[in-house]
Amino acid sequence: MNILEVQNLKKYYATQKAVDDISFSLAPGSIFGLLGPNGAGKTTLIRMLTGITYPDEGQIVFNGRPFDPVNDILKIGYMPEERGLYKKMKIGDQALYLARLKGLSKLEAMEKVKEWFERFDMQSWWNKKVEDLSKGMSQKLQFVTTVLHEPKLIILDEPFSGLDPVNANLIKDEIFRLAKNGASIIFSTHRMEQVEEICDHIILVNKGQKILDGTVKAVKQQFKENFFRIGFGTATDKLPEANGSYDIIASNNYGVDLILKEGTTPNQVLQLFINEGIQINSFQEKLPSLNDIFIRLVGNTATARQFQNIIA
Amino acid sequence: MNKTWIVAQREFSSRVKKKTFLLSTILLPLVIFAFYAFMIYFSVQGNDDLNIAVADNANLFNGKLEAKGDVDFTFVKDKDTASLNRQIEKKAFNGYIFIPASYNVLSADTLSIVYGKTIGVISQERIKSAINKQLEQKRLLALNITQSQLDSAQNRAQIEFQSVTGKGKGDKSKFAEAVGFISGFLIYIVLFIYGTMVMRGVMEEKVNRIAEVIISSVKPFQLMMGKITGIGAVGLVQFLIWIVLGIITMTLIPLLMQGGDPAAAQNIPGGAGAMATASQNTSGLAAVVGGINWALLLPCFLFYFLGGYLLYSSLFAAVGSAVNEDPQDAQSLTLPIIMPIIFGIVIMTKAVNNPYSGLSVFGSLFPLTSPIVMMARIAHGIPDGVTVWELILSMVFLIVGFIGTTWLAGKIYRTGILMYGKKPTWKEMWKWAFRKA
Repeated sequence: MNILEVQNLKKYYATQKAVDDISFSLAPGSIFGLLGPNGAGKTTLIRMLTGITYPDEGQIVFNGRPFDPVNDILKIGYMPEERGLYKKMKIGDQALYLARLKGLSKLEAMEKVKEWFERFDMQSWWNKKVEDLSKGMSQKLQFVTTVLHEPKLIILDEPFSGLDPVNANLIKDEIFRLAKNGASIIFSTHRMEQVEEICDHIILVNKGQKILDGTVKAVKQQFKENFFRIGFGTATDKLPEANGSYDIIASNNYGVDLILKEGTTPNQVLQLFINEGIQINSFQEKLPSLNDIFIRLVGNTATARQFQNIIA
Repeated sequence: MNKTWIVAQREFSSRVKKKTFLLSTILLPLVIFAFYAFMIYFSVQGNDDLNIAVADNANLFNGKLEAKGDVDFTFVKDKDTASLNRQIEKKAFNGYIFIPASYNVLSADTLSIVYGKTIGVISQERIKSAINKQLEQKRLLALNITQSQLDSAQNRAQIEFQSVTGKGKGDKSKFAEAVGFISGFLIYIVLFIYGTMVMRGVMEEKVNRIAEVIISSVKPFQLMMGKITGIGAVGLVQFLIWIVLGIITMTLIPLLMQGGDPAAAQNIPGGAGAMATASQNTSGLAAVVGGINWALLLPCFLFYFLGGYLLYSSLFAAVGSAVNEDPQDAQSLTLPIIMPIIFGIVIMTKAVNNPYSGLSVFGSLFPLTSPIVMMARIAHGIPDGVTVWELILSMVFLIVGFIGTTWLAGKIYRTGILMYGKKPTWKEMWKWAFRKA
């Protein structure tokens, strides 16, 4: 049974269709990438999933039952893109407070906070205030407060922004561990290399609509361009006659990038090169990166131009 | 446990545990008290003591001139002004009055006072009145009128103000006015201090961007009510501390006065001396204090304190949710909320004198002003200041009023707390308040 089923969700504001008929489902233990340019409707979608706003139309099914904003939000952990903590509050108290708001008793909260502080090596921070923490430290604290009530669904909006590689890895490992223990994770980001690394499944939204849905592998296969790279063992300046079977994208003495035409197989091309007497030491299909796919899909829209600037 | 309660606990303890809470709770009344003490001391004290030489060659005063306040008189035997002038230069005296032997009491001859350094207006008046008092007696004697004859002619009628119910006599109504004014004023202060505290708390959450984290666990309305409840509790605690401190000082001051040297107490002008005389009139004071219906006033004060606070704090919360980083936005948005509070205090100052005027009745029923205005009327008691029906109606209106403002504010708050960017207009906030879900 899926932890989350989103069915034909709609949320219209006076000036725009923020979320326009989006459906998707989320299996337990999966890491799900929610992608899209700025202003595509991701935050609106997330806010409906966290019970902050209500959909105009459509239904959210959480854990097999219609979403109940009062009780089900206790099983959701949400880390918004705009981080927020009480600056003047002690870190230990703050974590306890947020845990108790998620329905933990005082005792449970204390136990969980201690456990997580130990895991992240934060025990000595207990009496510090947030204003004394570095950005990375408060990011870690934010992550801990998001997950310490053991939510079934964890929604992370740009969880790695502002983290150094060591801490980013720490958080990444935690994400994998939480997913292995059965939590489903919705991961919203602009960083495509992170999506490729972490997510099993992605959807892409643009202008409030879902324009892509599938596993990372399937999406890449779907958008592959028959793009191959051949590497030469010895310097070669003479290439075989293509005869319309491929287009050369780039080449030098040690290799060539080419796109195969419809009906041409990689073996035929290799045969051409071998017949030419060229030493080949590598042959590789280049699948498009998610980044390329994104720019292709949303590149012509107004919001996408902004998006390109961000990932550039 | 109810989440509103958890939020309220945090709001309460995060404020009470702060050092500034303890400081402001204890220091604020001390500072106010010290300020008034200084003001009273200096207004009574005036300048340094003045010593005025009196060369009474006509023997008008028989060596008697009553010292008044900071003015002392010394009789000297000098016959000419030149030697007196020299004494002033030597600063033996601050000034002198030279009365020539030929001075005629009944003629309006001018007496001049020669001084070294300028004498203050108040001291001048004191010197004049001391001399005139003596001269008056001299003149009466010269006209063969005795002091007792004059006194009986000048006797004033004892006029007492009495309400038709037989209560509300004399001093009581003055005292009721003061009590009404003070309690109305306290509520006015409370609305301001704690209302803006709620507003700043909401702004802090919005600016820190923690609001979105919190309302993914708590309904915005619960968050708002938790904040209002917690800060209201801070206010109540602060008030209780002040009341306890007040009672302690009230009981301690008379004890200290009696314990201390009475002569020393008398030497402090106006201050302790006046209090010592006041304590002789304790029985009269007790009667006046007892004349107020405290059993009615105190619960009503509590009710209007809480009702007014709940009504206004939700409005302040709504404004806090609507503004962004810029505190100046808050100023322009709070203006419509502050206006009725100011109206309330203006109507209240009228209502202490005239509890049944049309304006007073309106002000004490209208929920935006009633917490302030009604206190002025209740101090006069039932039915001298307010009828039972008006009181009940006013309370019902206030309850309906705060439910109404809380409901509206809750809807503005829910939308505003997640809105970033430009400051919303009143029209937009109006839309937030009245649109469904």
